[in-house]
Amino acid sequence: MPRLSQWYVKLSFGYLLAGFTVGALLLANKGRPLHPALWSLLPAHIEWLLLGWVAQLTLGVAFWILPRFWQAPRRGRTTGAVVAIVLLNAGILLVSLGAVLGLGAWAVAAGRLLEIGAAASFAHAAWPRIVGRAG
Amino acid sequence: MPPLTRWHIKTAFISLAAAMTLGVALALAPVLPLPGWLVYLSPAFFHLIMVGWVTQMIFGVIFWMFPIVSRARPRGSERLGWATYVLLNGGLLLRVVAEPANSVAPGGGWGWVLVASALMQWLAAVAFVVNAWPRVKEKYRGE
Repeated sequence: MPRLSQWYVKLSFGYLLAGFTVGALLLANKGRPLHPALWSLLPAHIEWLLLGWVAQLTLGVAFWILPRFWQAPRRGRTTGAVVAIVLLNAGILLVSLGAVLGLGAWAVAAGRLLEIGAAASFAHAAWPRIVGRAG
Repeated sequence: MPPLTRWHIKTAFISLAAAMTLGVALALAPVLPLPGWLVYLSPAFFHLIMVGWVTQMIFGVIFWMFPIVSRARPRGSERLGWATYVLLNGGLLLRVVAEPANSVAPGGGWGWVLVASALMQWLAAVAFVVNAWPRVKEKYRGE
C-alpha cells in the first residue's frame, strides 16, 4: 500500500472512531438523556462517517489498487491525489465544525466547495488509470 | 476468503435486505394500516444500510485484503476480529429492537438496552481499528 493511501486510510479510521463516538453518545442519549445539546453534533456524525470514513477510505484504496502504469510514475498524477486529501479533510472539518459551532451557511458552503475540489482533483489524478487490461 | 470475511459479507447482505424491506414498510406506512411504532424504525433503516451493509462490508473486505502483518500472524488478532463482528451486529440488532420499544414506552428498561447497543457498536469500531491499524502499511516483504 503506497504511503499516500496509508494517509487516506488512517485518516478514515480516525473519522470512523470520531463518528462512532458521537453516534454512540447520540444513541445513548436517546435511551438515557445525557444532555440536550448533544443533538447539535448530528451534522458532524453524518459528515464524519459519510465523507470522512466511507468516501476517504474509498479514495485511499482506489489510489492503491487502480491499474498502474508500466513506467514511472506508476500511479500517474500523484499531485492531484495529494491535493485531494488536503482539500477533502479541510472541507470535512469546515462543514462539520461550521454546522456544529453555528459558523453560518457560508462556512458550510465553503467546506462543500473544498470537497468538490477534492473530488475533481482526485478524479483528474485517477482518470488515466481507469483502463481495461489492454491499457 | 477467511471465514470471518464470509460472515461479515453474508451478514451485510442480510442487513441490506432487511433495510430494503423496512424501507418498503416505511414507504407504505401512511397508506396501509401498519403498526404505528413502525415510524420509529426510520433511524434503524439508515443504520442498517450504513452500519449493517456499508461499514460491515468494508470491515470484512479489509480483514481479507489489507497487507498482512507477518506470515505467523497474517491478519492480526482473529479473536479481536470476531469480537468486532459480534459487537457490531449485536449492537445493531439491539438498536433495531430497542429504538421503537423505547419510543413507545420511554423511561423504561429499553433505554438501557439502547445504551448497551451504543456501547457495543462503539467497541466494535475501536476493536476494528486496533486490529486493522497495523495492516495499513507497505506490502509485507518477509522482514
